[in-house]
Amino acid sequence: MSEKKKLDLNRVPIPKQEPLVRKKNFSEVALGYTEEQALREASRCIQCKKSSCIDGCPVDIDIPGFIRAISEGNMPEAVRVLKDKNCLPGICGRVCPQETQCEMTCALAKKGAPIAIGRLERYVADWERYHPEIIGQQRNCARFNGKRVAVVGSGPAGLTCAAELAKLGYGVTIFEALHVAGGVLMYGIPEFRLPKDIVQAEANYVRSLSEEVKFDQVIGKIATVDDLLGNGFDAVFLAPGAGAPMFLNIPGENLSGIYSANEFLTRTNLMKAYAFPEYDTPIKVGKEVVVFGGGNVAMDASRCALRLGAGKVYIIYRRSRVEMPARAEERENAEEEGILFKLLTNPKRFIGDEQGKVKAVELYEMELGEPDESGRRRPIPKPNTEFIMEIDTAIVALGTRPNPIIPSTTKGLELTRWGTIKTDDATGRTSKEGVWCGGDMATGAATVISAMGAGKRAAVDIDAYLQGKS
Amino acid sequence: MYRILDREDLTSEIHLLKIEAPRVAKKAQPGQFIIVRIDEKGERIPLTIADWDGKEGSVTIVFMEVGTSTRKLALLNTGDSILDFVGPLGRPTEIEQFGTVVCVAGGFAIATIVPIARTMRKAGNRVVSIMGFRTKNLVFWEERLGSVSDELIVTTDDGSYKRKGLVTEPLKELLQETRIERVIAIGPTVMMKFCSLTTKPFGVKTIVSLNPIMVDGTGMCGCCRVSVGGETKFACVDGPDFDGHEVDWDLLMKRQRTYLDEEKESLELWKKKMAGAIVNE
Ligand SMILES: Cc1cc2nc3c(=O)[nH]c(=O)nc-3n(C[C@H](O)[C@H](O)[C@H](O)COP(=O)(O)OP(=O)(O)OC[C@H]3O[C@@H](n4cnc5c(N)ncnc54)[C@H](O)[C@@H]3O)c2cc1C
Ligand SMILES: Cc1cc2nc3c(=O)[nH]c(=O)nc-3n(C[C@H](O)[C@H](O)[C@H](O)COP(=O)(O)OP(=O)(O)OC[C@H]3O[C@@H](n4cnc5c(N)ncnc54)[C@H](O)[C@@H]3O)c2cc1C
Ligand code: SF4
Ligand code: SF4
Ligand code: FES
Repeated sequence: MSEKKKLDLNRVPIPKQEPLVRKKNFSEVALGYTEEQALREASRCIQCKKSSCIDGCPVDIDIPGFIRAISEGNMPEAVRVLKDKNCLPGICGRVCPQETQCEMTCALAKKGAPIAIGRLERYVADWERYHPEIIGQQRNCARFNGKRVAVVGSGPAGLTCAAELAKLGYGVTIFEALHVAGGVLMYGIPEFRLPKDIVQAEANYVRSLSEEVKFDQVIGKIATVDDLLGNGFDAVFLAPGAGAPMFLNIPGENLSGIYSANEFLTRTNLMKAYAFPEYDTPIKVGKEVVVFGGGNVAMDASRCALRLGAGKVYIIYRRSRVEMPARAEERENAEEEGILFKLLTNPKRFIGDEQGKVKAVELYEMELGEPDESGRRRPIPKPNTEFIMEIDTAIVALGTRPNPIIPSTTKGLELTRWGTIKTDDATGRTSKEGVWCGGDMATGAATVISAMGAGKRAAVDIDAYLQGKS
Repeated sequence: MYRILDREDLTSEIHLLKIEAPRVAKKAQPGQFIIVRIDEKGERIPLTIADWDGKEGSVTIVFMEVGTSTRKLALLNTGDSILDFVGPLGRPTEIEQFGTVVCVAGGFAIATIVPIARTMRKAGNRVVSIMGFRTKNLVFWEERLGSVSDELIVTTDDGSYKRKGLVTEPLKELLQETRIERVIAIGPTVMMKFCSLTTKPFGVKTIVSLNPIMVDGTGMCGCCRVSVGGETKFACVDGPDFDGHEVDWDLLMKRQRTYLDEEKESLELWKKKMAGAIVNE
């Protein structure tokens, strides 16, 4: 490409459903590029020699390569380039925090108009789903090499590791506790941000590569990690995520009507409670809903509550807007839909009625002090600011920690003081011979793409280990 | 899919299904439970493992028809399949040589206490079992529980069979007459609560199997949280067995009633569908 070509700094916006319409349905908020929009955005890429965008992608996608293929109208080639490094492009294109990854390191970011890499990735993945014959042609796995690997958990880390190992010729079996594949992609992230048929289509691609996914298998219960190693598996990759919810630990928290975000989202997304009573799983959302927390999970839970028919939904966060860990884009989407933010506010206790249902929450105000270990200004309670707010439903979205089922049933697995499994970052190796780990279980709650990166690195190391041994 | 190998109606409302689940059967222990999802639109409901056979590869569940899911389950026959069957979940019942153990059960839990009584006896305990029913025609498995107990007491609320009264009455007499090291009480929440209240003055440790509403059964959602000894516990991973003297029973019962309106709505819809299905045939 010629250096002289005039830079086009007009990022093509992605069409979205109108806020007033979308807050009443579970259909996808962002509608995706049309062909013309994708071509226009792709043509802005200057095809840098030293493509700094790739440095920002944990799975090293050849970003200029797939964008060039789009510009040239060669969609099968775009699919090939993407799938070479990323088995879940339709997912990543939608939920990667691109502004802190590939789009942050894109050469045009300095000019304030990075290439919309995620949106283009999504465009290619969506094109592929409408052309299933292409996947069939491009699937190429090595022949079975006689070795078997067990993958525990079918979230992004597990699926990626399984796909990579299967491509290399390993016999891979995925063990999943739930009845579907996808992990948080299925039970946590709502339909309107990540449609479940897309997750299933991409998970099915991985399933088509690996030997099988065994559902309903809680490892640690139905079989331990040692059982797997003793029963024909040469290595085990642990990717069970960090699924145990944290609570506020304040009085009244066990009243009915108070949910962890995990429960609220699982009922809604995985069990389809939004279609109750057609689906059997119920959910209760009253008129006034409060959500505690300031991250992406709080945004997702509040937007689900709105769509389930809540009158007013408040996000209650103890720091101020700048400290909120949620992505700016998600916060804006939430605000557009009418979610109300009560910042610098913290709960003290819940108050229930005679039936044991929550009816109010006592809150107090906070102010910001000196920065703490996390670098963010520490919130301090303001004395005598207590007030009572009447509510019907509360959702606690404070984050999650690792589930102890696997660590407590596996001998020789060293843990960190956060309860995560001690893991070498570069290889995914744990303290136990033959056992690797990656994703949220190794790092604590993080992102889809970092979990995928970990799955990939572990696959490379498992391969090196098993080949070295043979 | 998990195939139903056998079905038995223990009473008009309590049914037994033997399900093909070899891997679960291999690991099952007394006091653990499974989660079933009957069909694509079904919810996940927990049921105690009533028995298992590692050789045959089967797991038996016994359940009472209460709402939509248990009624759907009751319609299945030998040869049909269940979509999801997850387990064994929860911690097994603590089994040791305690001395004299009293096993108290009511309703569907007669079936779930059998393997506990059996294992307690194998561990060298003298096992006295008390089984309680509302009325005579709901009595089942008297012989089976009797065969794994040293002594068996049967009560009916209305006195239509054997001893008249509630299970807590013979329980209290036993506590007064003999030295008892442990009581296991399983059944409806109120029954477990009153058994715990009965044993408390005697200081006899009483284990109950709590049944809060659950979703995943693996510690992921926190729906099953109960308060025991002032601490919040997740019944699916920390239990379901807990010390009955420490349980906050009122909280448990209130949380169990969270979805009463929805359960009614779901059942109405189900009944309508069933009525339609019959008309259409
Ligand atoms: C509501 C919500 C929204 C989010 N939004 C975003 C976003 O927009 N962008 C982003 O990048 N990240 C987001 N994240 C974070 C991201 O989803 C996670 O970091 C990522 O899914 C972690 O992947 P994982 O493979 O480690 O684990 P998970 O996705 O948690 O998957 C773990 C899987 O293992 C299974 N499992 C657990 N224990 C066992 C066991 N004992 N035996 C067998 N199977 C087991 C689980 O059922 C699950 O399916 C969000 C998270 C949540 C909760
Ligand atoms: C660990 C455990 C073991 C159990 N073992 C048995 C057993 O062996 N046999 C048996 O008959 N019953 C057992 N139960 C109770 C059984 O799960 C409920 O009866 C069943 O879920 C009711 O579902 P439904 O749709 O038929 O009724 P619904 O109309 O939906 O509910 C009726 C009542 O059942 C309870 N319930 C509803 N949904 C759930 C749920 N998802 N999880 C738990 N409770 C729920 C509620 O208190 C509700 O008021 C057990 C419960 C637990 C927690
Ligand atoms: S996978 Fe994520 S980080 Fe990598 S290129 Fe795609 S959007 Fe960017
Ligand atoms: S850094 Fe940006 S402009 Fe350069 S190749 Fe990558 S995406 Fe294109
Ligand atoms: S049922 Fe979800 S944590 Fe126990």
